[in-house]
Amino acid sequence: MHNIYIYILGMALVTYAIRVLPLTLIRKKIENRLIRSFLYYVPYVTLAVMTFPAIIDATQYPIAGAIALLVAIVFAFFGRSLFFVAISSSLTVLVVELIIKLLTK
Amino acid sequence: MQIVTKKQWLFRGMRAGIPISLGYFAVAISLGIAARNAGFSAFQATLTSFLINASAGEYVGFTLIAAGASYLEVFIMEAVANARYLLMSCALSQKLEPRTPMWKRLLLGYCITDEVFGASIAVEGHVDPIFTYGAMMIAVPGWSLGTLTGVLLGNIMPPFLLSALSVSLYGMFISVFIPEAKKNKIVASLILISFVASFAFMKIPLFDFISEGIKIIVLTVLISLATAIIFPVKEGGERDA
Repeated sequence: MHNIYIYILGMALVTYAIRVLPLTLIRKKIENRLIRSFLYYVPYVTLAVMTFPAIIDATQYPIAGAIALLVAIVFAFFGRSLFFVAISSSLTVLVVELIIKLLTK
Repeated sequence: MQIVTKKQWLFRGMRAGIPISLGYFAVAISLGIAARNAGFSAFQATLTSFLINASAGEYVGFTLIAAGASYLEVFIMEAVANARYLLMSCALSQKLEPRTPMWKRLLLGYCITDEVFGASIAVEGHVDPIFTYGAMMIAVPGWSLGTLTGVLLGNIMPPFLLSALSVSLYGMFISVFIPEAKKNKIVASLILISFVASFAFMKIPLFDFISEGIKIIVLTVLISLATAIIFPVKEGGERDA
């Protein structure tokens, strides 16, 4: 049986190490172009991979998640804040699922 | 040069932290729900949010723990999900007065979240770590209490509300990668490729023997490395901030 506190502590230590190591150790710019490029692309790829198809599996109806994805992309594209994008995707799911329920009644 | 006192730095940071905190509160509710689904108690989930302060990282952790993943699998994935903080930490180190003492840097390591980093990097010239501490001081309670609220109220929330809230996290991820895709066509193509590859990898039964966490690691490393080799970023530090 796994202990949940070991998970929490381990995750916290790993995350802290990642955040603090460059700040304390690397005082110069990373010169290796491949590493710099790789590190630059990593966050966007990870977030994209985690977003899709997970977003369509997170809702009661996949179409609601798909529409929320489109709405979020459009708002983010037009420079809306993180908060705005997050809330508008939620509201989209709320409205779409409500409409589906009313239509299928 | 106008001299800014420590107190002014602190207040500036705290002011920057207010909208961040409000946004965190709303978004962290869905994290709390994810934590509850993974079998975390209210205390455990709040502790996780207080210690980690990372949406994607915590979400990955909760998902994997719920799936019964091993410690090693969870810790590796935690590192992958949070890899972007390595870059932010590098960038922030360049924003500091070089003589900034070690203990301040150690404390600053706790404060690197997407938004607090963004606020700190937006300061003109060198940033005093006290600014970042101030922003974090206000942002963290929003994040932790949002998580707590998610765990506690998640129990009495109807499915349609849970469904709506759980999507807000993806909205948050989308708002991190879309602005970059807008500026950079390679990133835009990369996101499309990631969507397609992820869909194929998650949905084709052939890959069912691989856990979801490992799929995310493999896809991230393969796609990022291939792109880094084919399209290395320009020198001259356009991406330094």
